Amino acid sequence: MASDRIFGLVMAVVALAYMASAYHIQASFLSDPVGPKAFPMIIGGVGAISAMYLVFRPDPDPEWPVLRTWVALAFAVLVLVLYAFALRPLGFLLPTALAAALLSYQISPRPKFAAITGVCLSVVLFLVFKFALGLGLVALPARFSG
Amino acid sequence: MELLANLSLGFSIALSPYTLMLALIGCFLGTIIGALPGLGPSNGVAILIPLTFTLGLDATSALVLMTSVYYGAMYGGRISSILLNIPGDEPALLTTLDGYPMAKAGRAGDALVISGFASFVGAFLATVGLMLLAPLLARVAYLFGPSEYFALYLLAFCTLGGMASNNQAKAAIASCIGLAIAMVGVDNTSGMPRLTGGNLHLYDGIDFLVAIVGLFAVAEVFFFIESHGSKSSIGVKLEKVRIPWKDLFATRWTMLRASGVGFIAGILPGAGASLGSFLAYMSEKSIAGEKGGFGTGVAKGIAAPEAGNNAAAGGALVPMLTLGVPGSGTTAVLLALLMTLNITPGPTLFSDRPEVVWGLIAALLIANFVLLLMNVPMVKIFVRVLQVPAAILLPGVTMISFIGIYSLSGSYFDLLLMIAFGALGYVLRKLDIPTVPVILGILLGGHMEDALRRAMVISDGDATYLFSSAIAIGLWAAAIIGFVAPMFMRGLLKKPQRITD
Repeated sequence: MASDRIFGLVMAVVALAYMASAYHIQASFLSDPVGPKAFPMIIGGVGAISAMYLVFRPDPDPEWPVLRTWVALAFAVLVLVLYAFALRPLGFLLPTALAAALLSYQISPRPKFAAITGVCLSVVLFLVFKFALGLGLVALPARFSG
Repeated sequence: MELLANLSLGFSIALSPYTLMLALIGCFLGTIIGALPGLGPSNGVAILIPLTFTLGLDATSALVLMTSVYYGAMYGGRISSILLNIPGDEPALLTTLDGYPMAKAGRAGDALVISGFASFVGAFLATVGLMLLAPLLARVAYLFGPSEYFALYLLAFCTLGGMASNNQAKAAIASCIGLAIAMVGVDNTSGMPRLTGGNLHLYDGIDFLVAIVGLFAVAEVFFFIESHGSKSSIGVKLEKVRIPWKDLFATRWTMLRASGVGFIAGILPGAGASLGSFLAYMSEKSIAGEKGGFGTGVAKGIAAPEAGNNAAAGGALVPMLTLGVPGSGTTAVLLALLMTLNITPGPTLFSDRPEVVWGLIAALLIANFVLLLMNVPMVKIFVRVLQVPAAILLPGVTMISFIGIYSLSGSYFDLLLMIAFGALGYVLRKLDIPTVPVILGILLGGHMEDALRRAMVISDGDATYLFSSAIAIGLWAAAIIGFVAPMFMRGLLKKPQRITD
């Protein structure tokens, strides 16, 4: 019950904020009868109504994971975000091996298996994408290769 | 015979060695993608799209490859349903009901052959149906103006929301999220930026591929982290595979009926393969009655959902190609592929680019025979694939998603957006909010708004123009019925629970 209510409230607020920012869209002097505002406003309106419906008529709660799993999920997101930032400066191989190993460890906690998975995935994917498919991946940071 | 001429054009393209090779690769990859739990047709096709794009395949080749993957995944889904009691993808859910009991009774090989053959019948008939029906529908689609298209898009959202979700409000929220995201970026008509919050990265809008890969592929990783990969247990052993001629013959009418039901379910915009297999199973169950023994591992209970599922997969291509409105989650992803390739689906596709349409249809016919060969005599190879542990598979999928999106734009911003969509997808699916309407919203939002604005330009702001033709009124009525009717049929449409042991 509670999760749907919270989600509904959050979505209703988001929808209203969306409508507010849609209201401030600049219309150009050459406009059609509808203009750039109307459709986003309608979407926001329908969204807000549906979200409020959810607040008043929620479904039973889903089974939420325990706190430890939440920590694991947050950690996974963090790993992925860092990976996204590391991909350009650090080259492909290192960040990929590390990120893949950490994800693998999160799914099945066996350190040695995860490490091997990470290294193998990184090397195999690099070879496949670089040489079989011809994508322009950079293996290592510029300092090492050049 | 126009049809024969078109078909020979199609086969002249599809039978080139290069296209044939792509179809083979696609079928193989597709069956693997379908068989692996955690990778279904929609996320499998989604992570492959950025790659086909960067590989620089031309439109026909890319389309042949991806639709072979799509058909292949529909075949492959049954393998883990039968052997592990875990549907390899959502439409294969119903196959667990009879497939797994049959496999437990020591007839795993028979179950795989029956379901493989049923898949073939369904997919083959649906492809023939596509061939006959799509050109006719394309001719009707010429009558569609902006107000009809607006109503049609609305219909897609309504039927998808009505059928695919247990709660209409949640489906409506999901559609609104998608449509709202589609509005971000520079407005087509006025050329002014909208809702970007001043962020320059958002001026181009949000790439639908980023959203699709995030919602479908990255979100899956989070689910596996939650379950610690415990879903990847090995179930039933597969002994020697023989062809059970008797069962195949006994289920012939079931297969034909289920194909028909599935095909029609597939054509309905927004309904898709899951509904096809569901309706096929339920109708066969009621035809067989109490004595049919559905749910205990009977041949008909395996043939019906698989024929229905694959027929619906073919049927779903009809509205996608002729009207540009996808009939299911995976065809939404295929529509994204078409848009990336700069092909506008719709009636003009049939007259302007016949080589694309008919090459595709011919490739589908060929892919079907290839898939039958792969899925009956060679099924053991794919059973081997099922033993890949989730702890290798899911990190691999994530890394491929990253490479794919990164190779599209080379920007870390898109990667961050993809992760954000992954997290959103996790929360939405946890709350039982369907993610397919989000994708559909992002894909169709721009077109829907354009249709509305063009209609208003034509009528000079008169809103009644939206209901001015018989087609438009019919579509509006269908949309309202499609959204409201499932509320009263909840009890009837309740999905049967899986067998747990």
